[in-house]
Amino acid sequence: MMLTLALICLAAAAFFFGQRKAVSVTGGRTSALHSRPVYHGWYVALACGLPAVSLWFLILLVGDWMIDRTIVAALPGELREASAPVLQRFLNDAETLAAGGVPTIELTPELEAAAASFRRLSLLEHWVGFGAALGIGLIASGIAMRRIDVSRRTRQPVERVLLIVLLAAAAISVLTTAGIVFSVLFEAIRFFDKVPILDFLFGVKWSPQIALREDQVGSSGAFGAIPLFTGTLLVTFVAMLVAGPVGLLSAVYLAEYADPRHRAVAKPMLEILAGIPTVVYGFFAALIVAPALRQAGISLGLDVASESALAAGLVMGMMIIPFVSSLTDDALAAVPADLRDASLGLGATHQETVTRVVIPAALPGIVAGFLLAVSRAIGETMIVVMAAGLAANLTANPFEAVTTVTVQIVTLLIGDQEFDSAKTLAAFALGLTLFMVTLGLNIVALRMVQKYQEQYD
Amino acid sequence: MVESKDTPDAPCVKMRTRRLKLWYGDKQALAGIDLDVPEHQVTALIGPSGCGKTTFLKCLNRMTDTIEGVTTEGRVTLDEVDIRDRSVDVVQLRARVGMVFQKPNPFPKTVYDNIAYGPRIHGLAANRRELDDIVESSLRRAGLWEEVSGRLGDLATGMSGGQQQRLCIARSIAVAPEVILMDEPCSALDPISTARIEELIDELRANYTIIIVTHNLQQAARVSQMTAFFHLGRLIEVNGTAELFQSPTESMTEDYITGRFG
Repeated sequence: MMLTLALICLAAAAFFFGQRKAVSVTGGRTSALHSRPVYHGWYVALACGLPAVSLWFLILLVGDWMIDRTIVAALPGELREASAPVLQRFLNDAETLAAGGVPTIELTPELEAAAASFRRLSLLEHWVGFGAALGIGLIASGIAMRRIDVSRRTRQPVERVLLIVLLAAAAISVLTTAGIVFSVLFEAIRFFDKVPILDFLFGVKWSPQIALREDQVGSSGAFGAIPLFTGTLLVTFVAMLVAGPVGLLSAVYLAEYADPRHRAVAKPMLEILAGIPTVVYGFFAALIVAPALRQAGISLGLDVASESALAAGLVMGMMIIPFVSSLTDDALAAVPADLRDASLGLGATHQETVTRVVIPAALPGIVAGFLLAVSRAIGETMIVVMAAGLAANLTANPFEAVTTVTVQIVTLLIGDQEFDSAKTLAAFALGLTLFMVTLGLNIVALRMVQKYQEQYD
Repeated sequence: MVESKDTPDAPCVKMRTRRLKLWYGDKQALAGIDLDVPEHQVTALIGPSGCGKTTFLKCLNRMTDTIEGVTTEGRVTLDEVDIRDRSVDVVQLRARVGMVFQKPNPFPKTVYDNIAYGPRIHGLAANRRELDDIVESSLRRAGLWEEVSGRLGDLATGMSGGQQQRLCIARSIAVAPEVILMDEPCSALDPISTARIEELIDELRANYTIIIVTHNLQQAARVSQMTAFFHLGRLIEVNGTAELFQSPTESMTEDYITGRFG
């Protein structure tokens, strides 16, 4: 902490002096410099900071290893000969004790001695690292300062460091995605060792019951994912029946008809809809929409389950309206004004212009928006957990309870299961399949958006 | 002013503006324009940028209605009927007074659908054959038929700029307008495409009344019979093209056409 502060101060000073030096070597004519003064400042600051931070981490790494070695060497014979895990546990406890925590093993004189020397050594390590880091920072920035010259190319190295930082930031998200995909993939492969992949993909019975004891009856369970995917599709279909037309029409209103004052109010309002937490939508669906539908169903003589695909789909449709409308709105707004003028100039009415020119021109963008909304609906969890039910019915009747892939993943993982049981691993297989579907939809959608953008460049 | 329609030297007036004023919000863009546009002639509007010639052009088919905050005053007549009269539907007006824009703006549809767009909207063709005929004759008149007859089903946006602009002209011809307004139709085109369009304008004069805004004085001299010089929202001078370029009466016109300002 102190080191961080000290280093920041040092680097700031290095920046300041580097910049001043760069100005002073030119005698006030900064235009003579190869690189602008601010780059010289950054150059010196980086020359201070980078070696200091690297050395600090190196000392911590080597230091920790040396501390462990020293402590182990000071231990009495029988402990020193102990197996690696025992020794490691002893060392961890010594560290905990040194930090003022409560160790997990019995407090022995050896442990206390180890903790004491741990405390002493790590303090030493700290100060050595601190001094060395500041020292190298000072030396390196000093050298960098001396090298400041009119023709010194400092912009290139500074920009290279910047590039590396940007690259690292971009790499984090890409690597995380890859990491998630691979971990899910490997667990899914383990699942397919237990349950054949064809049974999973094309089985029509979903009942992931696993025996609690080995000898229990019916311990195998059935892992046919078809009912889950039909349930997902049914809910998504209902959702898109709501979100598609409403989103499209509201976007057409906003982009083509609303006067600026209405638009200024209506567009943020629509976007607030996207900001409501899905759990709120969930209990809205479960506590208000589902009972209302059931009541309405009874009065019409229909049998509506208290948890129905219809209720979940309707509310999910509400939730994804903003996705559809804002992407459609963007697509409509991106249609060049001269196409509208061309149409109006030919004597088309406003409505003819919208339906025959603007919407067709924006169609790829609109379809892409729909696909993104569908993939959002497929992956949505909270609303269906609360409102769609758990029964894996293979049905196309929206009045019945259905279950979705996401709901089953949740229920599979919240039980007290062994991690490598088929039931837990099934969640990964479901997740993988779901991921593949949404990935496919997103790729198609992005392709369409790209094609569409090419058209007007 | 000439009112008689039979005098051979004075062709009858197709469109007429009287004291036409226009404001964008508080800013006045047109300060009372009186102009007579003769039938079956090409009238060129010239003047420095921002002088109001495009604005004036847009008033003639009420494209100014689509711009927010515009107020207008005065009279604009087409065949002696005020185009802002309640009996005139703006949609019908624009079918009679077509427009070709500065930048070629074909719809992202096929060549065929671009041309057929207007006739379909206005119900000009009773069946597919009549529509085919309209498409063909429009493309022929625009001098594009030879080049595109084999690829009517291709996307119009894939054609060259010059072809696109001729397509836009064909598209406006397809609704059988009486007047065609052209807003710097060649400014985005190369010299060869420009020459083709100028030829085309000259041919179209037989059937249509054409008003063209241009920054290119040579173009105005080449294609037009009448030229009107605009400056700062005022119509400074209007005369036969030859007279205006050879012996302008206003010193401001002379300065402009000799390149002393603008």
